[in-house]
Amino acid sequence: MAVPSTTPPTANRSGLTPDQLLELYRWMRLTRTLEERLVALYRQTKVVGGLFRSLGQEACAVGSAFALERRDVLSPLIRNLGSMLVKGAEPLEILRQYMAKGDSPTRGRELNIHFGDVVDRNFVGQISHLGDMVPVMAGVTLTFRMRGEDRVGLVYVGDGATSTGAFHEGINFAAVQRCPLVVVVENNGYAYSTPTCKQTAAGQFVDKAIGYGIPGVRADGNDVLEVYRVTREAVERARGGGGVTLLELLTYRRKGHAEHDNQSYVAPGEIEHWAQHNDPIDRYAARLTTEFGFDVATLVRIDDDVRRVVDAATEVAENSPPCDGPDALIGVYANPPAMPALWYRDGVGPAVAAHERPASWGTHDG
Amino acid sequence: MAEITFLEAIREGISEEMERDPSVFCLGEDIGAFGGAFKVTEGLQARFGEQRVIDTPIAEAGIIGAAAGAAHYGMRPVVEMQFIDFISCGYDMLTNYVATARYRAFLPCPIVVRGPSGGYVRGGPFHSQNPEAAFLHTPGLKIAYPATAEDAKGMIKAAIRDDDPVLFFEHKYLYRRIKGTMPAGDHIVPLGKARLAREGKHLSIVTYAATVWKALEAAEQLEREDGLSVEVLDLRSLLPMDDAAIVATVKKTNRVLVVHEDTVTGGIAGEITARINELCFEWLDAPVRRVAAHDVPLPYAPPLEDFVLPQTSDIVRASRWLAAY
Repeated sequence: MAVPSTTPPTANRSGLTPDQLLELYRWMRLTRTLEERLVALYRQTKVVGGLFRSLGQEACAVGSAFALERRDVLSPLIRNLGSMLVKGAEPLEILRQYMAKGDSPTRGRELNIHFGDVVDRNFVGQISHLGDMVPVMAGVTLTFRMRGEDRVGLVYVGDGATSTGAFHEGINFAAVQRCPLVVVVENNGYAYSTPTCKQTAAGQFVDKAIGYGIPGVRADGNDVLEVYRVTREAVERARGGGGVTLLELLTYRRKGHAEHDNQSYVAPGEIEHWAQHNDPIDRYAARLTTEFGFDVATLVRIDDDVRRVVDAATEVAENSPPCDGPDALIGVYANPPAMPALWYRDGVGPAVAAHERPASWGTHDG
Repeated sequence: MAEITFLEAIREGISEEMERDPSVFCLGEDIGAFGGAFKVTEGLQARFGEQRVIDTPIAEAGIIGAAAGAAHYGMRPVVEMQFIDFISCGYDMLTNYVATARYRAFLPCPIVVRGPSGGYVRGGPFHSQNPEAAFLHTPGLKIAYPATAEDAKGMIKAAIRDDDPVLFFEHKYLYRRIKGTMPAGDHIVPLGKARLAREGKHLSIVTYAATVWKALEAAEQLEREDGLSVEVLDLRSLLPMDDAAIVATVKKTNRVLVVHEDTVTGGIAGEITARINELCFEWLDAPVRRVAAHDVPLPYAPPLEDFVLPQTSDIVRASRWLAAY
């Protein structure tokens, strides 16, 4: 076959250029390679706290984020490392963050991929309370609508978060206000150990869109081009004043909730089935080399390059300084800029320390 | 200048800030054409339009979260809780999301969450609450609870301009009963500063919100009947709390009664007592005592509510005990 990589691939209905098609591959490969590196670091006990994988869900994250412009705002969840990379998060930031380094994006204040940048790259740091980011993104996009800015927002929830009150309140408010917002339900089959059949009596999550009076679209979340296509449509609808869209992306979580989770609740063979027959990267690589005419060597070069990037970032991250304890007191408020250290850390309070007493001890009458 | 009510003072403050800064906008339930359950926002939608005075669904968590998102991108939202009792529906959003935003993710979050609070109005368990203690324990929030109309205006303006999230509690008993003459010009009362409501030398009452007025009543009675000179310190801001003002009054009178309308156990009086203990124990001539609500959900019937809540006569009785110690 030996088709040179410079050969234009066949036309495709995604409307993406050959470079963009390869970029999608690169982001998915970077996500997986970076997470594999994190697993190695986790086993070396260099990762502080838990490790969360998105193995098998890379297409959801990458394909959807790829439909946004830099000025658009994305609110990732724990399985959206790929989305953050697409939005400009650096592997070095992720590694420093997971290793709780002093120069990590949150300076050690928050874990894993819980960080953001609302100044330039436009992704918002999540919290662990699922569903809460939906109202927050309703407010972000309400702001864009109020100010007449050509910007949209995209917020991810898992199948589990659709059960929360915050999800309902946020999507309902955004729908009423016709906010330029895309709500992505990434249905990966499990919320921790709870299967979707115990999460909702609805036949499919996309059915919830009807109740909010908004369009709902269901798509194969392991087909990166399909994810890109449906997200792009929803983003364009939002940009054109068409309000909120609910997307349900069907995928599968091949690792546990976090690295410690042995997935004892999963039926035998289920994970292996998805790994063998429905891996988003394998599927896309096959399409790139057959349907779009890229040669295997091109993909291997990307794989190698991604590995070099992750190697270099790991080297730097491992040599990053730890956090400085007293820095913990800085930045709770804009004003005051720092909280005081407690007396047993910072010397006792002046009165007690000096055994200061009023002149008329015990009978003082003012 | 003519006197205006406590409620009008808040409206005037919000209105002036909306006029001054296009990033200020209001959202809440029934606040638009209807003007809000207590009419605090009356006329604002007509003046500033539906874009800046937004009627929302009944969704306290949703609108507090939306306010936070807007604030991250440069807005200064003012969120109304129809009754402050419903702030509990937004507790997760306030304590986990809003309060931590700056610290964990360097996200600006200058929002104000305001609403009518407090009892003495026969509102029953869900229209009378004082939830300040539930939030005092959350680093990242600020809490204002004014007692005078002048402070209500000056502090709502300060709260809107503050770069941190502020909970602004408006005692509904004071809304139309208390009036004041607003100082001319851009009247700002800084957060974190207490106000000496009455000077005295024999004992100090440290309090805030509606019980400031009960403390003042008690102080007059004690002066008249007992010849006692009672100082009343109105904290105004609960977070941050003006430790220096508390210490100053303790050093002056050496006897302190802490009064609040919220229930006694876990109430803010306990925190104030602890601070006095840590900062100026050796100036005390008597134990710090508390007058607060009994530890029951606030009942509706007048004899029950009156029994549960601290009354002027309770403050008088407690002050006499302290003075005699």
